[in-house]
Amino acid sequence: MTSVTDTSASPPEKNYLNEKITVSSWLLSLDHKRIGLLYLISLLVFFLIGGAAALVFRLELLTPEANLLRSETYNKFFTTHGIVMIFFFLIPSIPAVLGNFLLPIMLGAKDFAFPKINLASWYVFMAGGLLGIIATIAGGVETGWTFYTPYSTMYANSNVILAVSGAFIAGFSSIMTALNFIVTIHKMRAPGLTWFRLPLFVWAMYATALVILLGTPVVAITLVMIFVERAFGFGIFDPALGGDPVLFQHLFWFYSHPAVYIMILPAMGVVSEVISCFSKRRLYGYKVIAFSSLAIAVIGFFVWGHHMFVSSQSTFASLTFSFLTFFVAVPTALKMLNWIMTLYKGSVSLASPMLYAFGFLGLFVIGGLTGLFLSTLGTDIHFHDTYFVVAHFHYVMVGGGVMGFLAGLHFWWPKMTGRKYPEAIAVFTAIVIFVGFNLTFFPQFQLGVHGMPRRYHVYPEEFQLLHIFSTSGAMVLGFGYTIMAIYLLWSLKFGQKAGSNPWDARGLEWETSSPPPTHNFHQTPVVRQPVYPYEAPSVTAPPANDSPEASHG
Amino acid sequence: MADSHPPYLAHHFEDLEQQKQSATLGIWLFLITEVMFFGGLFLGYIVYRGMYPEAWHLGSGKLDIVLGTVNTVVLIVSSLTMALAVRSAQINRPKACANYLLATIVLGTAFLGIKAVEYSAKFFPGEDAAYVLIPGANFFLDSPFSNGVQLFFSFYFTMTGMHAIHMIIGIGILAWLYVKARQGTYHEHYYNPVEVTGLYWHFVDIVWIFLFPLLYLIGRH
Repeated sequence: MTSVTDTSASPPEKNYLNEKITVSSWLLSLDHKRIGLLYLISLLVFFLIGGAAALVFRLELLTPEANLLRSETYNKFFTTHGIVMIFFFLIPSIPAVLGNFLLPIMLGAKDFAFPKINLASWYVFMAGGLLGIIATIAGGVETGWTFYTPYSTMYANSNVILAVSGAFIAGFSSIMTALNFIVTIHKMRAPGLTWFRLPLFVWAMYATALVILLGTPVVAITLVMIFVERAFGFGIFDPALGGDPVLFQHLFWFYSHPAVYIMILPAMGVVSEVISCFSKRRLYGYKVIAFSSLAIAVIGFFVWGHHMFVSSQSTFASLTFSFLTFFVAVPTALKMLNWIMTLYKGSVSLASPMLYAFGFLGLFVIGGLTGLFLSTLGTDIHFHDTYFVVAHFHYVMVGGGVMGFLAGLHFWWPKMTGRKYPEAIAVFTAIVIFVGFNLTFFPQFQLGVHGMPRRYHVYPEEFQLLHIFSTSGAMVLGFGYTIMAIYLLWSLKFGQKAGSNPWDARGLEWETSSPPPTHNFHQTPVVRQPVYPYEAPSVTAPPANDSPEASHG
Repeated sequence: MADSHPPYLAHHFEDLEQQKQSATLGIWLFLITEVMFFGGLFLGYIVYRGMYPEAWHLGSGKLDIVLGTVNTVVLIVSSLTMALAVRSAQINRPKACANYLLATIVLGTAFLGIKAVEYSAKFFPGEDAAYVLIPGANFFLDSPFSNGVQLFFSFYFTMTGMHAIHMIIGIGILAWLYVKARQGTYHEHYYNPVEVTGLYWHFVDIVWIFLFPLLYLIGRH
């Protein structure tokens, strides 16, 4: 352990949080860290809305009859849940919050290449989100988050135009964020920070940004086509004119399948950082993990047809898409093997971020492998549009995406706020969330195998027991999130001061103070070490009296 | 290092070269997203043209070839004046830069004006017109291919409409650049905004270069 500076003893240092505290200094801030926090607060509100909608329809599903919601209202609730969670929580979650906060610091830069575009992205996002909320308040949308035609364009009697416009506008904010990421990673790296010295989180963000840039414009124009058909009566997907509703599905999934990689690649980046830190080892197979992110980004663009195995797609096309879907599992499996190899003979400690990372590993394996059932042409005919699909993508999106987000939030919380949360309660909460998640979604695999279709609120009595398990799991999950909200808010005021490097981690973000100063570093850092130098002592080792939980195990 | 941070160098960049490279990479990435955006429309066009070739032929013949051709020339000349504006800034002639920007604005506006004339001829075909070409409930064409022609016009209006929106945004940016250029903001050391806007303008022109033959010329060979 080299020089130690105990920041908790000295008077409060100027940092990005206390430099200016007026409302306009936040709302007009060009500082990527403050914009990251603006995103964090907004996304948590959206997460609350989407989660509340899910709790309501899970309650309805407790009984085989309709007691709480009418069919149309039920449809509106699951549509709100889907649109909010996908467009306004999962897609921006890790990139817009953690990516925004961390990327320039990890690159040793003062800010992103285009700070004004970064701030604009938050306003654009909020405008899109507001339209989405207005669509819900004005009476809701019942098309499902997929807006399938011709239902969405010709028959749906709800606020499709508002919801579509909201998703369209939110897409611009994704593009702005992604563009900033790629330019900044290319042009703003600190001296000595070569590509293979970048943390894997940065590689994951780069791959994510590529998918966003290439995919989002396609869904944007697709939503424009729905818009002109609904608003002006143009007949783009109208079968009566010879238009093809399946063309909509192709265009939609060309973005929306890669969108699951937008949601999962960042989580993989977080998990790489966390596993390396809590195994106290350089990641095994660094380059394999880095390039597999790019491979997932590229191959992910050629698998969209697996959503149309039963929508009149030709058998030859289906065979091709089936093969390519199996193929995209390969780089993911490579990552998985390398993470496990990192754990092997590492000094593993079970701190709360690591528990979420372990949760990711286990749940994502289940989510990924059940994806193979669905990419198999024969089994997909049975599983298509059943609860099996619902369970599969929740294991990937929540078990993968949200667990990754929570791992990252807990890992970098001390850096973002300068405070530590109560570790014991955090560990307990991680276990509650893991149990609640599995109780909610594992029964849904069974429901799907036995033929319960998705998006129905009345069902035969033999499914009731499994639905009761699922709903009680959702309650446990909601309880877990509530405790988390309480202890994180509590920590803002009463948490122990974190110090620069509470986890004894490696990386440029741990070499600046917590919370970081406005320009991230007092002088531009120069990188002389390879990435993840866990064999060498930290430049900013934690104070000796500050015994972190990370040191046992 | 004394004057290494002139007023036109943003504080978070180390030097002008880094700032210039970032802007250039940024605009090219943005143009890639634009290619994907218009790509969706071109894909739909290709699919339906393959399904209904006769209707596409018929629909194309209903467009005004003269106005379309004039507009193509107007737009290509506007690309020339845009390129000259960038060049003028690079060789330190801010006044010429401003004038060329103004010329580009005028030509772009002329394009939109001619487009408006074309559109209004479709919207108000006259009392005794034998057809109404606006897609929707009022669409009318006495032809066995009328449904396909309606699809063609859905694409015609969506594609040219999206292109026109890009033109309007471009003219807005050019107007802002013009005001700045009159103040002498752009010179040999700092011309990123002009160059980057130029790339966007050329891109919008190129979209038209594809739209013109695909929409106007398929009925005429």
